[in-house]
Amino acid sequence: METSILIFLPLVAGLISFLLPDNRAKQFAFAATLAEFAYSLVLLLKFNPQDTLAYATSIPWVKSMGISFSVGMDGISILLVMLTTFLIPLIILSSFRRSFANSNYFYGLILIMQSALVGVFVARDAFLFYVFWELALIPIYFIALIWGGENRKKITFKFFVYTLAGSLLMLIAIIYLYLQTPNSSFDINQFYAVGSTLSSTDQALVFFAFFLAFAIKMPIFPFHTWQPDTYTVTPVQGTMLLSGIMLKMGIYGVIRWILPLVPEAVHNYGMPAIILSVIGIIYASIIAIKQKDFKRLIAYVSIAHVGLIAAGIFTLAEESLQGGIIQMLSHGINVVGLFFVIDVLFDRTKTLELSSLGGIRNVAPFFTVTFIILLFSSIALPFTGGFPGEFLLFVGIFQYNPWIAAVAGVSIILGAVYMLSSFQKIMLGETNQLTSGFTDLFTSEKLVLIPIIILIFWMGIYPETFLEISEPAVKVLIKGTGTSLSLK
Amino acid sequence: MKTLILTALLGIVSMLSEIFGFRKYLWTILVLGLTGVFCVNLSELTSAYQYFPNMIVFDHYAGVFSGLIILMALVWFFISKDQYDSNEFNQADHYSLIMFTLTGTIVLVSFTHLAMLFLGIEILSIPMFILAGSRKKELSSNEASLKYFIMGAFATGILLFGIALLYGATGTFNIHEIALIASNNSGSVSVLFYTGIFMVMIGLAFKVSAVPFHFWTPDVYEGAPLVITAFMATIVKTAAFAAFYRLFNTSFVSLLPQWGSTLSVIIIFTILTGNILAVYQTSVKRMLAYSGIAQAGYMLMTILLTRYESQDALVLYTSSYALSTLCAFAVLHYVIKIKGNDSFESFSGLGKSHPLLAVIMVISMLSLAGIPPAVGFFAKFYLFSAVLQEGYLGLVIVAVLGSLISVYYYFRVIISMYSGESETESIQLTVINKAVLVLIGCIIILLGVTPGLFIDAIKSLT
Repeated sequence: METSILIFLPLVAGLISFLLPDNRAKQFAFAATLAEFAYSLVLLLKFNPQDTLAYATSIPWVKSMGISFSVGMDGISILLVMLTTFLIPLIILSSFRRSFANSNYFYGLILIMQSALVGVFVARDAFLFYVFWELALIPIYFIALIWGGENRKKITFKFFVYTLAGSLLMLIAIIYLYLQTPNSSFDINQFYAVGSTLSSTDQALVFFAFFLAFAIKMPIFPFHTWQPDTYTVTPVQGTMLLSGIMLKMGIYGVIRWILPLVPEAVHNYGMPAIILSVIGIIYASIIAIKQKDFKRLIAYVSIAHVGLIAAGIFTLAEESLQGGIIQMLSHGINVVGLFFVIDVLFDRTKTLELSSLGGIRNVAPFFTVTFIILLFSSIALPFTGGFPGEFLLFVGIFQYNPWIAAVAGVSIILGAVYMLSSFQKIMLGETNQLTSGFTDLFTSEKLVLIPIIILIFWMGIYPETFLEISEPAVKVLIKGTGTSLSLK
Repeated sequence: MKTLILTALLGIVSMLSEIFGFRKYLWTILVLGLTGVFCVNLSELTSAYQYFPNMIVFDHYAGVFSGLIILMALVWFFISKDQYDSNEFNQADHYSLIMFTLTGTIVLVSFTHLAMLFLGIEILSIPMFILAGSRKKELSSNEASLKYFIMGAFATGILLFGIALLYGATGTFNIHEIALIASNNSGSVSVLFYTGIFMVMIGLAFKVSAVPFHFWTPDVYEGAPLVITAFMATIVKTAAFAAFYRLFNTSFVSLLPQWGSTLSVIIIFTILTGNILAVYQTSVKRMLAYSGIAQAGYMLMTILLTRYESQDALVLYTSSYALSTLCAFAVLHYVIKIKGNDSFESFSGLGKSHPLLAVIMVISMLSLAGIPPAVGFFAKFYLFSAVLQEGYLGLVIVAVLGSLISVYYYFRVIISMYSGESETESIQLTVINKAVLVLIGCIIILLGVTPGLFIDAIKSLT
């Protein structure tokens, strides 16, 4: 019941928002998402990490096919749901000083998207998962198409087709697994039971079908080509949704739908996935250094960060799984902050060319301080949110293969290069025509950044709060993949 | 049987309306009449009746399909009212021809005798030939009518020849007896019999516009008046599929290994050709014609299936396709009214100038492309599961590839609606127009969200 409320509250609010007059939608959407956040917080406080499945509901949906509306949360799910419910009010708040034509549709789409995202993270039925997975794509497509920038037709279409192509393969794999279940069901536990009994070749096929869908969403090299353009063309709130939350769908998918489902294939083919991820890290970091546009730079940085998480998760080590989960949270929070900074920069100067900015430190101290905190967290300085995740990920990868860890480790240096040099170009030096009139943050803008900064420090200084929640779930996951392997 | 008689009666009523001068009320009479027919049909659903010794049987299958066809016809009456109110066509004649077509479709879903199959196709086709040419001052409409007639006659000829060969091989016209003979001698059926099967298959493939017998479709769809195209693309097609499925799944199922591969090849070409050619169209009406060909490819897959669920898959898919296509044609009708043509460009800016039309069109396009939460997704999902269950992995992969291509042209409409500049021209929709559009849109979404209700309803009637 509780989980269903989390899914349907934003959906209903989104539909109401469509009907509201243009100028009311913003406040309404903000209020709705705050209510959602408050409710999810209550659920989190009542949540016992030892529960393998809390707040579960299962109602038959299409009885004759064994499809049920089956939702519930374990520690991993609830953390990602919290990430969603925490970020979306901030994303809406970040748009308070902007105005969109037909804003009732804009906010309505964001709310529907929230519903779908929560759905993806709590679904315990493969069909339901697929429906939410696709449903999340539609609002963001329209947000980018209607309110996007130049060339949006082609770019958003490419984005849509790429992600849909991946999903369709996953759909075939889901139908295939469904046909193997003894009593025709889409239930996740039945899928787990069936998946590990498949022959190696079948496991491999299922693995690749799922992996492609998730790899495109994340995106992992070489399936990333849609991403930088889409991030650039989408209005910044859309980019926040894409990078802050939607990208986590892919990683979550790997954790929930690949690792326990086809453990043997993960052992056999995990290595190529890790290598692709690591190539992506280095490749994206190098390209990021060369970028002249700050928004594109952050887009590439995102590929690098996600690559590390993906590599860590496929090692199947407890440390790196834990690290991956906390890194998902930290990356989500951080990247939303960074894109907000970009939005502020663009709002004041109308450009994101690194070469034409400079000297902002002299005129906007508060802005500069928040920016540097986000930046440090992004390059994983100790005591910031990025550190514990990255550290744990490297521990896991090192155990798996020190060479891969060494190569991936280069990204830390590269990260410092692109982040510090962009800080230098934007903030330091003399002010110029564009930046001399730069006003510091307004109150509503501070309200967006302050919660983000608080969380960054919280995660950096006391990550236990978050790690404790996911730990039992991760243990169950590893045990599941381990035992089904030893049974073979 | 009552359904059959009543629709024919309604046709006669329409003819009389001109003479006795109640043409004004004809639309209302027909809509009420069809609603009545639907209720009668519902009451007959649970039992099977035989008529004209073994020529027509009103069993569950016939009941479900005639119910569906009548529902679609009701929807059609609502969305086409606009066009007929403008007095462009002679209402009474048109409506009587439409009602006779419906009579033909009902024969087609309930035949058990090959002569009735032939009669059904003729009863359905001849009014359609006339209707396709009803915009008599337009060259394209004349061309459509002639093309449809010649191709249609050709196809019926082949079908008839096939039927004759089947009779020659088995000595009976009854589809159940043919089935019995086929399964008893499945190793040693005469060449005549096989030739008959393939001839019949070709004849029916013409009717459902499967590749390579599809050449008439785009031209006829384009030339015929929009409301007639909508009728052809949905109701006529559904009936043709129902007949195709009934015949092949009853009579020839035991010889599936012999004709299955031929049909598979037809399916693959239909899906690929339809989808690829749709990409190159500049007119939305032609795009819908080619997409209809592609969709026919998906529906043809059900004919290969032997399990009971394949019926549900066919019912679900045809109704989802027909509903979404009717919806698309309804919006297209208004767009032509606003912009005067049906190119993709004429949709540009519709999202701003007519948000309701745009949203309904989005729903319909998503449904045709098979994206949740529209019903088209569930229909595709159900169909693909059923096909995969019988081991046709290759076909499903082709179908998935086809769906992916289809996203290109369906989304071209959406992109054009939401990215182009809006122009000042606009029309005011009446409350009824809006209500009908919203209702269809809601049904597409609702069926997509609660497909269980629909499937369980079909199943519970058996």
